[in-house]
Amino acid sequence: MKALNRRAVVASLLERRDGLLVVAGLGAPAWDCAAAGDHPLTFPLWGAMGSAAMIGLGLALAQPKRRVLVVTGDGEMLMGLGSLATIGVRRPGNLSIVVLDNERYGETGMQKTHTAYGVDLAAVARACGFATARIIRRSAEVSDVRSGIYRSKGPLFFQVKVKADAVPLVLPPRDGAHLKHRFREALLGAQ
Amino acid sequence: MPGKASQPHSAEALDWPAAIHSALKSQRVRQVSYVPDAGHKRLIELCHADRSMTAVPLTTEEEGIGLAAGAWLGGERAALLMQSSGVGNCANALTLAATCGFPLLMLVTMRGEAGERNPWQVPMGQATPEALRLAGVRTLRLERAEEASAVANTAAKVAFEEQGAVALLISQQLIGVKSFEEKR
Repeated sequence: MKALNRRAVVASLLERRDGLLVVAGLGAPAWDCAAAGDHPLTFPLWGAMGSAAMIGLGLALAQPKRRVLVVTGDGEMLMGLGSLATIGVRRPGNLSIVVLDNERYGETGMQKTHTAYGVDLAAVARACGFATARIIRRSAEVSDVRSGIYRSKGPLFFQVKVKADAVPLVLPPRDGAHLKHRFREALLGAQ
Repeated sequence: MPGKASQPHSAEALDWPAAIHSALKSQRVRQVSYVPDAGHKRLIELCHADRSMTAVPLTTEEEGIGLAAGAWLGGERAALLMQSSGVGNCANALTLAATCGFPLLMLVTMRGEAGERNPWQVPMGQATPEALRLAGVRTLRLERAEEASAVANTAAKVAFEEQGAVALLISQQLIGVKSFEEKR
């Protein structure tokens, strides 16, 4: 089975993004979101590995009328596996998690992650009570992911199998205070 | 359960967890996450029962650092409850407070202090204030029940008005020492 192109998947999820609030996990998922177009309502992480899904939960609980998307990698999700159980307790209907699963730690030398050995993240999310939890392998299914994150009752979890090849580096701003301030200003207005 | 015998009678008279809950409420804290501790039992129950708050049980304390950051991005205030052993779990997640300046309010019940009967609680309990300081988190102490309201309000103001990271360390003397003599 031919895996998907990560940049194309993220671009199709973030085009015409409406009021979507996005948290991007550190490494390649943050670069993918930057490549789709830097946006004040995207909060890219440069550290705090394992925190992306929980930042998404806090945001989804605070903004129940907005759709919230966490885009992260398999390594980052594995470090915060317990957060899937925590999300399963509160089950926010407006939260989606998309894991771009290349089965590698891409920033540190392409070492295999647990998913390369068969660990099934979508099954974990399903067991934790996510309303939808699927593995996505075909480009025809990406439109299902898109309609899910913009319209379906969550929490939703999509483990998207992507190619492990290198893509050009596109970096978002790295000043954390700036990223925080611009997100709040775009969402909440001048404070 | 805490050993009642070691608790001073003033703590019985003054409902300090209720005072902390009132302080959190008056400071408009909406998300309260926790890994349970016997010392936080009543505060956790009060937060679950409060319809203006969302109580979020965590699998590990560091999840609460991310939750608080997300809440702030979305315009809400959060608090994080744990015992001192959980502070060690938070180290790398505290990067969020240090680099982004996210407000952070931690309420930490202390173990490993005077009278501790479980030696496994001592290393992390003794290291807690210094570990927080190294991670850039200010610490405040709560020693006496009658100070709970004032100290909790001060901590919340440090977090949300100064937009700092602060941990309120709640003395083991106030909570009581776990006896290991009761039937479970």
